[in-house]
Amino acid sequence: MAEITESFFSADGLEKRLNGKKFWKVMMTEYWIPKDINFLWAMGVVLATTFALLIISGIFLLMYYKPDTALAFDSVNYTIMQEVAYGWLFRHMHGVAASVVFLIIYIHMFTGIYYGSYKKGREMIWISGMLLFVAFSAEGFSGYMLPWGQMSYWAAAVITNLFAGGSLEAYGLVEWIRGGFAVGDATLTRFFMLHVFLLPLIIIKLIVIHFYTLRIPHINNQSSEDIDYDAEAEKYLAGNKKESKVVPFWPVFLSKDFAVLGLFLLFYFYLVFFNYNFAMDPVNFDPANPMKTPAHIYPEWYFLWSYETLRGPFFDILGMRAGDIGLIIFALAQGIFLIFPFLDRDPDILPAHKRPKFFIWFWVLIIDLVVLSIYGKLPPTGANAWVGFYATTVFLLLWISLPFITKSDAKARGAL
Amino acid sequence: MSNQTNRRDFLGMSFAAIAAVGGIASLVGMKRAWDPLPSVLAAGFTTIDLSKINLVPGTPQTFAWRGKPIFILEKTSDMAKFDGDLVIADKRYTVAVGLCTHLGCIPAWNKDKWKCACHGGAFNANGQQVFGPPPKPLVIPPFTVNGTILTFGYEGTESKAMIKARVQG
Repeated sequence: MAEITESFFSADGLEKRLNGKKFWKVMMTEYWIPKDINFLWAMGVVLATTFALLIISGIFLLMYYKPDTALAFDSVNYTIMQEVAYGWLFRHMHGVAASVVFLIIYIHMFTGIYYGSYKKGREMIWISGMLLFVAFSAEGFSGYMLPWGQMSYWAAAVITNLFAGGSLEAYGLVEWIRGGFAVGDATLTRFFMLHVFLLPLIIIKLIVIHFYTLRIPHINNQSSEDIDYDAEAEKYLAGNKKESKVVPFWPVFLSKDFAVLGLFLLFYFYLVFFNYNFAMDPVNFDPANPMKTPAHIYPEWYFLWSYETLRGPFFDILGMRAGDIGLIIFALAQGIFLIFPFLDRDPDILPAHKRPKFFIWFWVLIIDLVVLSIYGKLPPTGANAWVGFYATTVFLLLWISLPFITKSDAKARGAL
Repeated sequence: MSNQTNRRDFLGMSFAAIAAVGGIASLVGMKRAWDPLPSVLAAGFTTIDLSKINLVPGTPQTFAWRGKPIFILEKTSDMAKFDGDLVIADKRYTVAVGLCTHLGCIPAWNKDKWKCACHGGAFNANGQQVFGPPPKPLVIPPFTVNGTILTFGYEGTESKAMIKARVQG
């Protein structure tokens, strides 16, 4: 080790000990970003900011929230909403951010799918990102339980029941998860722990891993061009900024990011102040009642598409129980995106508009997810049940066809 | 241990053994900490006297047992007899856990069947599934019968017979 003689209490001495300039270079001024990108590449920074907003608003809620079935509902709806100065603001910030974070996650995800940013060296970015999606889903679900309203209770009852595998009399996994025969005090307290401690810890670790996995392979670009980062960086550092295909993360890329972030924050705070109701289900303002199921149960909008695949098959097929088929497709829906890089059999990284069949596949998937989401909120009766069934079938067929479609695109291009 | 094993291997293996034992032990502890508490288990018994609840034939009542609803329906003479009925004197009852066997919502009684609001499942007066995703009939809770008094939480001959009839039916 080079011994450092400069005083610990001097700027120079501190810099020598921490090597901050080198770290700043690696992470910021010499972390190269392609020029050929659009506003969709700003979603990562938007997500990081939204997560920070969730943590900050969550800290203020945490100081008055009481994780006890007798106290939880009033601690939210009376103490926080009416007594705590700006308590309503922190609750609405938290609720709206929890909803909006999924909107941005979906945009971020489908940007990655559209531009093929998940293969040939970028698989780990995709997988760590999908693990983040799973962690955020668990975080959203556990947080939804805390106000202990009717929707909180019944969402908890229905989702923990998935672990009964359709059997209610089995003493075992469900009771263990709940800490009782039904969702109750023990359930609330343990999900409170998960929501405010364990899951945020896991999310923070996953975010670090997600950054790490993309720092070395670098991000994709609009035309999916394979950039020689060393050569382009050299051009940029030599002063040929116009010729170079890359810019440094800081200050160039982030300045554009901050512009997008500014627009996003205007949109977000508009929702927080003037349109927060979409994130505050009216049914959840009735206190939890284990003896009365609300007339109609539905999850928050971001879970609707997978919820609809659960109830899509409403009749037995080939001797298989309708409920079991739904459960299998639901489980598949949760995990299938994780293995996307391995279902795409096209060896080239290309944006979807240069892969004709995949382009159609992509938009059919988006439309199908929208249809599933709309019908996931409607009561499952009559024609609604059939639309749900067909949309679920399309969802299943899309995934089965993905390897063949991508392969056929590659063959038509002569890449295979 | 072979002659090639050196001191560092020995230390490594010793540590692995200690860590494995400690790791398994702590997993057991953590699993047990999440189990339902003894007080929760002990509170799992409910007594209902059928002669004192003013049941109207054809209109079920709901009671709470272990935080779950229990449906008790006294059948009218029009309703079909079923092997899974609880028969006391000349009266026939349907007794079931009032949770849809699909995902556990509480179905509501509507004229002659229970209909579930969550995913559209329906159960007839016997508690058998007749529409939608429920994979099987409403579950029979364990209970004992003493005259007209039902005690939920204990396995009794009547509830066993009802469960059996339901599997066959």
